[in-house]
Amino acid sequence: MSKLSREDVLKLAALSKLKLSDEEVVRLQAELGEILDYVNLLDKVDATGQDPTYQVSGLKNVYRKDEVKDYGYQAEELLKNAPAIQDGQFKVKRVL
Amino acid sequence: MDTWPAISQIADDVKSGKLKATDLVNRSLKTIEEGKEYDAIISTLADRALTRAAKIDNNPAGRLAGVPFIAKDNFLTLGGKTTAASNILRPFEAPYQATAIERLEAEGAICVAKANLDAFAHGSSTENSDWFVTKNPHDKTRVPGGSSGGSAASVVLNMVPFALGTDTGGSIRLPASFVGAVGVKPTYGRVSRSGVVAMASSTDVIGPLARTVDDAALVLDVMAGQDELDSTTITKAQNLTELDYNFADKKIGLVKEYMQEGLEPSVKTVIEAAIDKIKAAGAEVSEISLPSLPLALAVYYIVCPAEVSSNLSRYDGQRYGHSAAEAKSLEESYELSREQGFGAEAKRRIMIGTYVLSSGYYDAYYKKAQTVRTKIINEFTDAFSNYDLLIGPTSPTVAFKIGEKTADPLKMYLNDIMTVAANMSGNPAISLPAGTADGLPVGLQMIAPMGADGIMLAAAKAFERLSR
Repeated sequence: MSKLSREDVLKLAALSKLKLSDEEVVRLQAELGEILDYVNLLDKVDATGQDPTYQVSGLKNVYRKDEVKDYGYQAEELLKNAPAIQDGQFKVKRVL
Repeated sequence: MDTWPAISQIADDVKSGKLKATDLVNRSLKTIEEGKEYDAIISTLADRALTRAAKIDNNPAGRLAGVPFIAKDNFLTLGGKTTAASNILRPFEAPYQATAIERLEAEGAICVAKANLDAFAHGSSTENSDWFVTKNPHDKTRVPGGSSGGSAASVVLNMVPFALGTDTGGSIRLPASFVGAVGVKPTYGRVSRSGVVAMASSTDVIGPLARTVDDAALVLDVMAGQDELDSTTITKAQNLTELDYNFADKKIGLVKEYMQEGLEPSVKTVIEAAIDKIKAAGAEVSEISLPSLPLALAVYYIVCPAEVSSNLSRYDGQRYGHSAAEAKSLEESYELSREQGFGAEAKRRIMIGTYVLSSGYYDAYYKKAQTVRTKIINEFTDAFSNYDLLIGPTSPTVAFKIGEKTADPLKMYLNDIMTVAANMSGNPAISLPAGTADGLPVGLQMIAPMGADGIMLAAAKAFERLSR
């Protein structure tokens, strides 16, 4: 069993920006351990001499022209889903 | 709940004036209302659909003139909300549409509703939806498969002639198999992902669910091709609707690893009967071993959460979606909005992904998985140097009972054991109705060489003809 400590789970939660409940921490500690146990079966696979594959499209360096395009959007449309706006910009809670 | 005519027929009849787009949209909306008990649909786009229908009736044109369809609710659409069946996107109204939707609309198709899914497409049963669980049209106590379960059910319930899904680890093919529909996962890059809620960007593809191969091929043909908004799209070299195929001179590989332990005997019987038909049509079918395929699921459950953890970082409660009003600082706003807005499965995947990408574990997990991915790709490439197609079951089981696997995430993951390899490699694959076991549909899966979507669809149509 891949042991994840409670501290490991809390650290992952902090990195993931999730404020987990105590109950979730307990549950995830068990579930994540079980999932990692399963994927650990790759430990036994010999893949020496193979390069990793990060994408499968076979495409390389797809560029577009360096020009500004007008897609016809108004700022208001793009801001309409924001929880808070001010002066045409996203408004966030205090940082410090 | 009458069956819809062929999509090309509907479009022809709309263009000749024999059918009205408005009537077709109303028929769809009525059938959606009648099928409410199945919980396949999250929302309808009735106003926008009827406005578009009226416009089309004035000047009917296009290969899909007046054809109503349903999109999985992870496609950005105008005229309503796009939620990805998640609480965090519950209030979200997209300011633009997915390229796939735009292309279908440009040919006269009309999006009438948004279908249920596992939230963010994380799942294989729709039980991870933050809204409700879709019921299998063949047995309401069973799941329709997932994550495109609402789309699959909507097609079988005759709500529309076709629906759109996304397939990251099997999310089109598995539900197609569980409800008895045709589900196409095209080659990676075949259809633009622009405007589709991202899950695992290196394996996400978009495809149709339909009743017939002809219908699915027409829809895919309209959506396919390069898009400047998605730099991973590939050129469409071939028309995907010319579906000539003769099994007589073909070599087909039956994937040994998919016919072994774990395969339900009743499913195996149906698949073997399908293979007998293909053999009788003249194909040479022999067993082939791809020993790394059973590893694909472990590879997937490293790579997919890694990409999920990255892709879901954009949901931070600041620019759109659910935002925790009670938060006092920016940091707390991130943490509370995400805690409240994400369901259990999204959290699991974000955490696993963060773990396998973190320094100290990256090489052991993420890089190792991507290396085994290369092995899988090489085995497919070798297989296709000897075989025209690979076949096997889509799923080891028929549709399972609602609630049967929800307590055990790993057990749920194993549903994708036969579909996920084609996602890791990018190959096109399709699930076709092959018959029933204990009254429930069984899907036959075909996997084709990279880019050979057209050949795969043609073979699928040839099989469809054999099984009628």
